[in-house]
Amino acid sequence: MIEALFFYLFAGVMLASGFMVVVSRNPVYSVLFLILAFFNAAGMFVLIGAEFLAMLLVVVYVGAVAVLFLFVVMMLDINFAEMRAGFQKYLPLGLIVGGILVFELVAAMYGDAFSKASLPVASEIPNTTQLGGVLYTKYAFLFQISGLILLVAMIGAISLTMRKRVGVRRQSIADQNSRRREDVMEIVKMPSDKTKAKDDAAAGSVDDK
Amino acid sequence: MIEFLTQDWILELGWIVAKIMVVIGPLLIAVAYLTLAERRVIGFMQLRKGPNVVGPFGLFQPFADALKLMAKETIMPAGANKVVFMIAPMLTFILSLVAWAVIPFGEDLVIADINVGILYLFAISSLGVYGVIMAGWASNSKYAFLGALRSAAQMVSYEVSMGLVIINVLLCAGSLNLSAIVEAQRGMWFALPLLPMFIVFFISTLAETNRAPFDLPEGESELVAGYFVEYSSMSFALFFLGEYANMILMSSMTVVLFLGGWLPPFDIWPLNIIPGPLWFIIKIMLVLFVFLWVRATTPRYRYDQLMRLGWKIFLPFSLIYVVLTAGFLLVTDRLPSVALG
Repeated sequence: MIEALFFYLFAGVMLASGFMVVVSRNPVYSVLFLILAFFNAAGMFVLIGAEFLAMLLVVVYVGAVAVLFLFVVMMLDINFAEMRAGFQKYLPLGLIVGGILVFELVAAMYGDAFSKASLPVASEIPNTTQLGGVLYTKYAFLFQISGLILLVAMIGAISLTMRKRVGVRRQSIADQNSRRREDVMEIVKMPSDKTKAKDDAAAGSVDDK
Repeated sequence: MIEFLTQDWILELGWIVAKIMVVIGPLLIAVAYLTLAERRVIGFMQLRKGPNVVGPFGLFQPFADALKLMAKETIMPAGANKVVFMIAPMLTFILSLVAWAVIPFGEDLVIADINVGILYLFAISSLGVYGVIMAGWASNSKYAFLGALRSAAQMVSYEVSMGLVIINVLLCAGSLNLSAIVEAQRGMWFALPLLPMFIVFFISTLAETNRAPFDLPEGESELVAGYFVEYSSMSFALFFLGEYANMILMSSMTVVLFLGGWLPPFDIWPLNIIPGPLWFIIKIMLVLFVFLWVRATTPRYRYDQLMRLGWKIFLPFSLIYVVLTAGFLLVTDRLPSVALG
């Protein structure tokens, strides 16, 4: 009973916030609603007993990915009127993509993809352990490959954005530490005032007195 | 319907609410006195007295401060995004409280003993950045926005190395459950074998809570006060309380992960008659004292130095340490056994 109530609460808020992501005028609101949708998805994961996936969803998507979204969206200078015009143009395309997704989900639900065997089984072993046991044994290679793909994407992003600019002052700690005193400092002997006066007198100079 | 309402779950709900109150009440008082302790400790470190006039030893100072803040006017800046502006401080405050649900104060003294406790803590602490970034954006002020951007970049950066440090602890403990992590430290606290990670973790918590020497998001000398410049009265107080509650939370996380939670240092007579929760509180206070000590003694980092420390030193170092820890545990056959089912 309680569980059903929570399911409808999470599902309802998730659908509503998903809708708001699309229709809200301010892109910052869109991202904030997206975060709300993520949260409710995490809540539904908890309801089916997949607490590890729920926490991962919050850590990865809400804690990192959505922060970057928000970061970018806040910095953008967006012309809202232009975005409205785009909405009309892209609506058919969006509807087609959405329709395909709905069709696939329905087909999967009534087909064999979600057979009873793939439903989570309640057991004493925490699902972190279960997931690890499968990921690092049966799917170890797939797991490694997905890691490599992410690494390649990261290297690509870095190499696209890294450029050497001339005239930029950067702190180089190795340079600073490897400097020796002889290279950068010169000790000059300066005669003190007293000896200087004596020298001046000896030279017979009285100009500055 | 009557049947539905008179079921046991109402009693259960009442019991849960009572437990939450027992945690949050003392927590808020602790936050109030942490602000006083900070001013007094830093005062003594700088050879002055600090606030000592209101009540004996200045003990009523936090309440005087609270009353003053409540009496102030709440100002909504022109051009601010009103909804987000009001949500941001609430979010910060709520997030600093909900994380306490999984902190174990003693054996079986925990509100929610969930299997993924440490991940929950990590998730909640990574959400703290939203309060800051929403406040900075909604204030419609340059100082606030700059502070928020700095803070977002800083918190995301140090989370990465914190995550890797947590992996080190998990390798040794073999569980994500916080009570199990504490129990795994019976005999030896993880601070000893993982001493470098303990230090990295502590410094990362300083950066994560925006404390000195990493308090660039609110650097007074450049940004006035950073992301909460535009806030006044209770909305400012919520940020303030949230920041200090986060400090206590991070200290308790350090204690649970590295300093043996509620366990006494040695299981010998005079030490093991002190109850576990008391040990837990004493350790938290010690860590908090170091927080204040660091603030009184270190100058602020420059922003590029901060990023360098996070990405170029802590991240590779903790990554290498994960490999070393895993290798050591594997070679010496000390990996915690986990039933795969």
